[in-house]
Amino acid sequence: MKDKFKITIDGVELTANQGETILKVASDNGIYIPVLCAYEGLKPQASCRVCSVKVNGRTMTACTTTASPGMKIENDTPEINELRKIIVETMFVAGNHFCPTCEKSGDCELQALAYRLKMDVPRFPYSFSNKEIDASNPKLMIDHNRCIKCKRCARGIKTEDGKDLFAFKNRGDRILISIDKELAKNISDKKAQEAMDICPVGAILRKERGFINPIGTRKYDNNPIGNNIEKLKEI
Amino acid sequence: MSKPIVATTSLAGCFGCHMSFLDIDERIIDLFDLVDFNKSPIDDIKTFTKKCDIGIIEGGVANSENYHILKEFRKNCKILISLGECAIMGGLPAMRNNKDSIESCLKEAYIDSPATVNEDKIIPNDEELPMLLDKVYPCHEIVKIDYFLPGCAPRADLIWDALVALLNGKEIDPKYKTYKFD
Repeated sequence: MKDKFKITIDGVELTANQGETILKVASDNGIYIPVLCAYEGLKPQASCRVCSVKVNGRTMTACTTTASPGMKIENDTPEINELRKIIVETMFVAGNHFCPTCEKSGDCELQALAYRLKMDVPRFPYSFSNKEIDASNPKLMIDHNRCIKCKRCARGIKTEDGKDLFAFKNRGDRILISIDKELAKNISDKKAQEAMDICPVGAILRKERGFINPIGTRKYDNNPIGNNIEKLKEI
Repeated sequence: MSKPIVATTSLAGCFGCHMSFLDIDERIIDLFDLVDFNKSPIDDIKTFTKKCDIGIIEGGVANSENYHILKEFRKNCKILISLGECAIMGGLPAMRNNKDSIESCLKEAYIDSPATVNEDKIIPNDEELPMLLDKVYPCHEIVKIDYFLPGCAPRADLIWDALVALLNGKEIDPKYKTYKFD
């Protein structure tokens, strides 16, 4: 097989390299495909399904599907965007995403996606989940009601000596992040910030740093998510 | 042709959305050229005296009074707008929704809280007080809501743009900078 070949995304012909995922080809060519559980430098796991695209008519996840010659991909279409919006809405109702009370508001990727996809209200009933809020660690607070189970923390955060700080227990909708309490006692501020930043929502928060950036200066206040790849047409 | 009529109310809200409404500043003079107000804290009309075109609801539904007012708004308004996070998702009052029972919430508020001084240990129960509902409901779970304007409080420009669009028979097309959930 040749090293380079052509695929099309929404009718635009692009050159892909052998072995690259659809997500990589798209972002290299200035096309934004929304993601939540995918994170730069981590092995994709396709659990959030937000990056769903249609490949030759079938719905696939762009973060794990390898591009192959002649693929016809639909990305920014009303049907796909509606599907993504539904997924984001289910995440909003599954946990307690009270944006006004959340320290991550304005820097939250879930919220930013809802803005970009123009979600006004979820079509599903709110669950008002009642999970534990763990503030027992000196530097980090964990609100399980906000976790969207992307596992980015468990996949991406290791202590300075290479140990896992986060893990997951249970399966399916009962999945819970858990933090190694002994290791968490001695983490640096930098590591705590890393843990907070890798969380797309407000489930992992650094203590005593809440609302540190005023409204108007936060990450997504004026810049829609994905604008670094593809600018939103009208803002 | 007579002017469109607007009604507004605050259910389980903090009046922040109404304050944000007033934040349209001098445009409120233009607004009075465009619309008449009926039942609303803005003109202090307490009950509906005629059918309205637009009803703006702030706050979720936390008690029996909220429920009846919301029903009345649906009956008397052609278009209903949920204004702000509390109307859309229950907001701050809905933080009681995942607690065990109303009883435990009332106990926490009136008896157990360290900041409470209540020697007789009385939980307010006067019959004049509206009954609390089992949980705080978003407005669209009680009646049909036509439009949603998020924000805590919704930006004044969002409210203004939405009203102007509706009054001109256009679709509401919110701008990114005014469309926020907090």
